[in-house]
Amino acid sequence: MPSKTKKPKASWKLSPALESTAQVDIATRYKNYIDGSWVAPSEGKYFPTKNPATGKKLSEVAKSTQPDVDLAVKAARKAYDEVWSQITPRERGKYLFRIARLIQERAREFAIIETLDGGKPIRESRDVDIPLAANHFFYYAGWADKLEYAFPNRKVAPIGVAGQIIPWNFPLLMAAWKIAPALATGNTVVLKPAETTPLTALKLAELFSDAGLPDGVVNIVTGDGTTGAELANHPGVDKIAFTGSTEVGKSIQKSAAGSNKRLTLELGGKAANIILEDAPIDQAVEGVVNGIYFNQGHVCCAGSRLFVQESVYEEVIQKLKQRIDTLIVGDPLDKNTDIGAINSREQLKTIQKYIKIGIKEGADLYQPECELSTVGSWCPPTLFTNVAQSSVIAQEEIFGPVLAAQTFRTVPEVIEKANNTPYGLAAGVWCDKGARLFQLTNALDAGVVWGNTYNQFDPTSPFGGYKESGFGREGGLHGLSAYLHTSSH
Amino acid sequence: MKNLKTNGSKDPLGLFSSPPVDQVGITERAKRFTTRSLKTDCKSDGLRMILSMIDLTTLEGADTPRKVRQLCYKAEHLHDSIPDLPSTAAVCVYPTLVKVAKDALSESSTVKIASVATAFPAGQGHLDHKLEETRRAVEDGADEIDMVISRGKFLSGDYAYVSDEIAQVKEACQGARLKVILETGELGTLDAVRRASDIAIRSGADFIKTSTGKISPAATLPITLVMLLAIRDHYFATGEMIGMKPAGGISKSKLALQYLLMVKETLGDAWLDNEWFRFGASSLANDVLMQVAKQEEGVYQAAQYFSKD
Repeated sequence: MPSKTKKPKASWKLSPALESTAQVDIATRYKNYIDGSWVAPSEGKYFPTKNPATGKKLSEVAKSTQPDVDLAVKAARKAYDEVWSQITPRERGKYLFRIARLIQERAREFAIIETLDGGKPIRESRDVDIPLAANHFFYYAGWADKLEYAFPNRKVAPIGVAGQIIPWNFPLLMAAWKIAPALATGNTVVLKPAETTPLTALKLAELFSDAGLPDGVVNIVTGDGTTGAELANHPGVDKIAFTGSTEVGKSIQKSAAGSNKRLTLELGGKAANIILEDAPIDQAVEGVVNGIYFNQGHVCCAGSRLFVQESVYEEVIQKLKQRIDTLIVGDPLDKNTDIGAINSREQLKTIQKYIKIGIKEGADLYQPECELSTVGSWCPPTLFTNVAQSSVIAQEEIFGPVLAAQTFRTVPEVIEKANNTPYGLAAGVWCDKGARLFQLTNALDAGVVWGNTYNQFDPTSPFGGYKESGFGREGGLHGLSAYLHTSSH
Repeated sequence: MKNLKTNGSKDPLGLFSSPPVDQVGITERAKRFTTRSLKTDCKSDGLRMILSMIDLTTLEGADTPRKVRQLCYKAEHLHDSIPDLPSTAAVCVYPTLVKVAKDALSESSTVKIASVATAFPAGQGHLDHKLEETRRAVEDGADEIDMVISRGKFLSGDYAYVSDEIAQVKEACQGARLKVILETGELGTLDAVRRASDIAIRSGADFIKTSTGKISPAATLPITLVMLLAIRDHYFATGEMIGMKPAGGISKSKLALQYLLMVKETLGDAWLDNEWFRFGASSLANDVLMQVAKQEEGVYQAAQYFSKD
């Protein structure tokens, strides 16, 4: 019975919906933020930070060397001795609450800069990164004057100066994860943002000034890996907190050995996302998409290995491909973009290298048809099926939008396969039966295991890894203890 | 079926089982559609599409023949000061007013006549009465029948009864398209919504519809998503398209656009047509018209410039 009603256009398309960058203020050059002032790097050198969606330079930031790091550590020590360890815990909390509120007030500005500098979709920086960053400050602000209750019958004391090195995938959020608990527990900070995404941390420094945070309590020095190594190796640093690659994490652990430095490492991952045959398939597929394509797969806990029970494999893969086809890859500033730009040329080359390896290994490649911009760094959402457990793409962390799918028949088999990795950061299980869900989640060697969901983050929940994914926890009460000496009086 | 008493269950063989639904996952997915930005061309195309998908509805005890005539005129002349607006898909009335609507709409009208039937809205009637009501509505000129399922039977686990009843009403439709109203506001869980959707689809529904509009909550994005996924699974399994009609509680253009986007991303562009997707609504048309007028003229007009029927 064909309808005779007048019909509008056959294919209904979304129109461009670009977020305006008009109200964003990015300086042409940023110096280091040391002792409450902007200090030029000792060698006078700067390096550019680019928009990965266009390849255009956004600003340039200080290339810091040993004397700059030394200056920052000394400022942090002085602030610790003279100010931060002297004021009441309640005063510390007051500053943190103020910082949290200021982040909320400037959320839009931070979201836009995060997207410009890092390439992530504005939807994610607006709805995830920035609100979560503010929430971390709110959460730890509340603990500042309640530490005795956090650790009953224990005496707690701050460690001193914390050297913090953060990655490029969640620049502001990782800064918040590191700075908020350190300040709440009475430590002072030297933070080294990632080489490719320093801008929101530097904007955060402006915000600290506006909040009236005492000089030297947080210092920010920019640079590449050598600057990070100078910070990690500096004898004046009492505690190192590092988030980044397992390779760098190992070298930091070596250099810290024999020193009195406390260390927490949050490193790589190769998380298993497991779909059992009784799972709610459509929601599981959505969770798989969220697990691997969120933030272009630049997520240490990304669900990059998919295990599907063989009886539902065809259905899952069909629905997964259909869902991948609807993902919008494009300008990160467009509010409808699902997948933005790859963070850097270098990372794009790494991802492309792994895609070539996957094809060479005989796995079946699936990518949707999508037009990619000719400037900037882009990679479509990628699915490999017919992958072997021994394939490189199933073993090594790719840190991009690349999913490797395998099947399994029994639960013991999938437990063995899921745990058969040097990493142990995260995992996901999709299953309608509660008892089996808990049986399986308990058997997985991973710091975070999600049941019928994925990539949920909350400041109250500890996050961290097993095995080569690192040690120490961030978030929740566990996140406090990483910045405290605790003793039984 | 009724003689099988193996374990006291009304569905001992699990013939009416459906895949599980995760409420948290559905809610999150539905929320994603509300964060899309639907502006400019996309919005104006979408608004016109919404108008063409509306089942303009009046289902009140106080309905009069003249009110139905006015409704029919509005369906064909939504707002004549804006040229090239589509007609609505249908008018939706009580069975006693089908003849009036048939008379009010011209022979060549593209506007369909939909009639509720089967003891709408509660469905608390005898089967033979429901079938007779359906037959008479069709004989009076209804192109489409909006039936309600027997929720009491469904909730008591008598799925076979619900299925048989739909199949018999379908037969009584004599070729008129059948929309099956699940009344999701009375079903309690998304699992039940999915099961009722599957039963309706397998028993002969041409459309599945959320609500009568007489019960709150009526249509919501998460509930509609569950039903769209049931339609999708049926399409994957059989290649057969089933239509979807959310009804009740959709009175704003912005929300209606989000529904369209959900249909597009879940089922694809093929469903973006009043053959396969409808809105059951009475006040939505005017809100859409206000938005269309705003797009044409750049400013919002006051509500009194749009006819209330």
